[in-house]
Amino acid sequence: MAHIRNDYENSWWPRLKRWLQGGSTKLDEAMTKEYDESREGHLVGTIEEAQAREDAREEKVRRQLAEEQTMYTQAHQWAATHGQKTARVLYGLFAVIICVSIIALLLSTATHLPPFGNADNPVNNEVSQRYIEKGQEETGIVNIVAGMILDYRAFDTLGESNVLFIAACSVLILLRISRDPNGGVSAEQLAVEANDRMYEPKNDIILQHIAKVLVPIILMFGMYVIMNGHISPGGGFSGGAIMGAGLILYLNAFGFKQTERFFTFKTFQIVSLCALSFYALSKAYSFFTGANHLESIITTGTPGALFSAGLIPYLNLAVGLVVCCTMYAFYTLFRKGDM
Amino acid sequence: MELWKSIPFACILLPLGSAAMTSVLKGKFARRWVCIVLTIVTVLNAILTVIMSRTGGYYTYMMGHFPAPWGNELRAGQLEAITGFFFALIMLLSFIGGLKKIEEHILHDKQSLYCIMILLLTAALMAQVYTNDIFTAYVFLEIMTISACSLITARTKGRTLVAATRYMIMNLVGSGLFLLGIILLYDLTGHLLMSNAKEAVAALHASGEYHQPLTVVVAVITIGLAIKSALFPFHTWVPDAYSYSTPTSSAVLSSLVSKGYIFLLLKIYYRVIGLDVIADTGVLNVLFVFALVGMIMGSLSAIRQSDIRRMIAFSSVAQIGYIYMGMGLGTDEGMMAAVFHIFAHSVCKSMLFLAAGGLADASGNSKQFRDLRGAGYRSPIAGVAFTIGALSMVGFPFLGGFSSKVNFAMAAMGAGDVRMTLTLIVLAISTALNTVYFIKTVITLYRKPLDNVVYPVERGQRGFCFNCALICFSVVNIVLGLFSQPLVQLITSGLATFG
Repeated sequence: MAHIRNDYENSWWPRLKRWLQGGSTKLDEAMTKEYDESREGHLVGTIEEAQAREDAREEKVRRQLAEEQTMYTQAHQWAATHGQKTARVLYGLFAVIICVSIIALLLSTATHLPPFGNADNPVNNEVSQRYIEKGQEETGIVNIVAGMILDYRAFDTLGESNVLFIAACSVLILLRISRDPNGGVSAEQLAVEANDRMYEPKNDIILQHIAKVLVPIILMFGMYVIMNGHISPGGGFSGGAIMGAGLILYLNAFGFKQTERFFTFKTFQIVSLCALSFYALSKAYSFFTGANHLESIITTGTPGALFSAGLIPYLNLAVGLVVCCTMYAFYTLFRKGDM
Repeated sequence: MELWKSIPFACILLPLGSAAMTSVLKGKFARRWVCIVLTIVTVLNAILTVIMSRTGGYYTYMMGHFPAPWGNELRAGQLEAITGFFFALIMLLSFIGGLKKIEEHILHDKQSLYCIMILLLTAALMAQVYTNDIFTAYVFLEIMTISACSLITARTKGRTLVAATRYMIMNLVGSGLFLLGIILLYDLTGHLLMSNAKEAVAALHASGEYHQPLTVVVAVITIGLAIKSALFPFHTWVPDAYSYSTPTSSAVLSSLVSKGYIFLLLKIYYRVIGLDVIADTGVLNVLFVFALVGMIMGSLSAIRQSDIRRMIAFSSVAQIGYIYMGMGLGTDEGMMAAVFHIFAHSVCKSMLFLAAGGLADASGNSKQFRDLRGAGYRSPIAGVAFTIGALSMVGFPFLGGFSSKVNFAMAAMGAGDVRMTLTLIVLAISTALNTVYFIKTVITLYRKPLDNVVYPVERGQRGFCFNCALICFSVVNIVLGLFSQPLVQLITSGLATFG
């Protein structure tokens, strides 16, 4: 014969059911019970009795509230002092243990790796051999690195220049102050922007004089690094960074009014559009002809000449422009949220 | 060389090239342009799938004038083609379905930037699917990470900034670990091309040389990609990221971005390290255990939610667990079931997110269950689509989820030993838990709304695109359930030539 429980409501299955339905908890039950109790005898007795009951209940509620308040205060105090401390100590301890063990693991791995600079290492195989021995003949470069990233493995670099572009676009999404009337820009933001323009250090004579001398040299040097990327160390990424730094220096010395004459958001859009489209289109042509074993119209030229090595100088220029614009865009966006 | 062999190349270069062009287009034209490009990519992938399923095998495509170990290379087989097709299709449908919401949620002068993100994400996914070079995979993985982050921040309301920060920190840890793995692997093998690296790894494994670094490589790459694809203990960024962004972003993030990482992990297992080496390192056991725990914990968290989007997000954690469980079985059937579930879950989850967006719209923009009562009547197509998606997630027969659960069960039976018992038990528990929260939601959708709530009449305002996308998604779901065998065969033969 089945055993009948009197406290069915408190057995695990109804409790699970209640929990799933997000239903009543212990606190809810207590509150309901109290409410029911208070209803009983609500209309019995004289007015004085009712008044007395009301007072008693009020007193009870007040006492309970006070108790609750002390309990909360105590709990908060504990959490704020001991609890937080304990949690912080435990968290720190675990973090340190995990980090130390990962560091130990990686260090021990590093000791097991092939010895650095050894001639028999796996990395010294036919791949790097061909880059070094035949690089100049096949691509027309003097700087092997440029040949590797812009001709042998141009697809990776195409992706990499798009990483820069997408990073600039992400910052634009985040920081560019919107002109959209519904919910974009607030009057505060505009005021901050105006403020920034008013107080920007545009009258620092020492800075301006030095910038006047330095900026043309920096820009020219950047161009030199970009255009000689296939002949000497350098290339689009490093040259673009130098040119971007020159632009930022100019901006800091003379302010937005001067830079806006030649560099606005439109300039950024057009330069990146042209550079990336040129890169994608020219490389698409080269990939397509290469894969289909078609003759390419691009020739390697004389190694060492400025316009040699096929597309590499132009690709360097495209990458350099993208890098330069991205650097400058980052700076202005973080500074005032617009270009 | 036949022209169709250039399809993978076109699928990567077309979105990549048109992304830069989108930056000068204004809102409406940018959106149309994205639709056109995505349609072209989908159609191209469909053509490639048909051709590859007839010819079988695989082919490599030289990117440039230099052959593989020196230049870059793409490689396409049956599995790549079908994955590319599904990814492109889901991207297209999610974008079309969320067009109205994109217009509403994202500031007007930033919509073309959002379109750039979508296009570059498509290009990165296609590159992830077709590349045969680990470093190319890493470069495009970076693009995926950054664009996914911006997809979250594009909507400026709610807690998107907090969500994006969390997402970025976790994902950058993952990328860093993955990069570390590539560096170590290159140091050990001297190759970045997947096929050559596999030969070198096999030689190292046979000779027993560099055993410890090789194990670390496998561990670091696996953990990196597991963090990025939200396997159970690393899932803390999921609920915020998926529930506050605009519906298209949630759909794309949950069904494509995380699946792209899983596909890359599969590719590395098959084509770079080799399955026997992986099995020797025991990393599959770790994945298996995490996956089982994730299947239960994800569902338990989903049950406790009162917000429909957060519930779907937590359900994603459980479903990612399913996929990793299939991989953790270590058998061919297990891998096949995992790949099938990648498709089934992507199709289903993106539909659920879009439908949830529509239902919330019909309920005064609230995602809470108490406001969603009766939403199925107010927005009929979204209600039906949500029901189909929910039933598919639960594993109702004739729908995609059922086929994939059957596949998992069959794979578990094939695996034998203790894994079979564990898998079957956890699969049963997880299915029951799925039923609890999905069917609860469906019932809520078709209950009488609370008396004191008056909803703004918005019937039929969701637009043609939204309905079309949901109907297409439902059809794909039903097709996946009814005609799963051809797809299963395609995946099986694709996996055979995948390594």
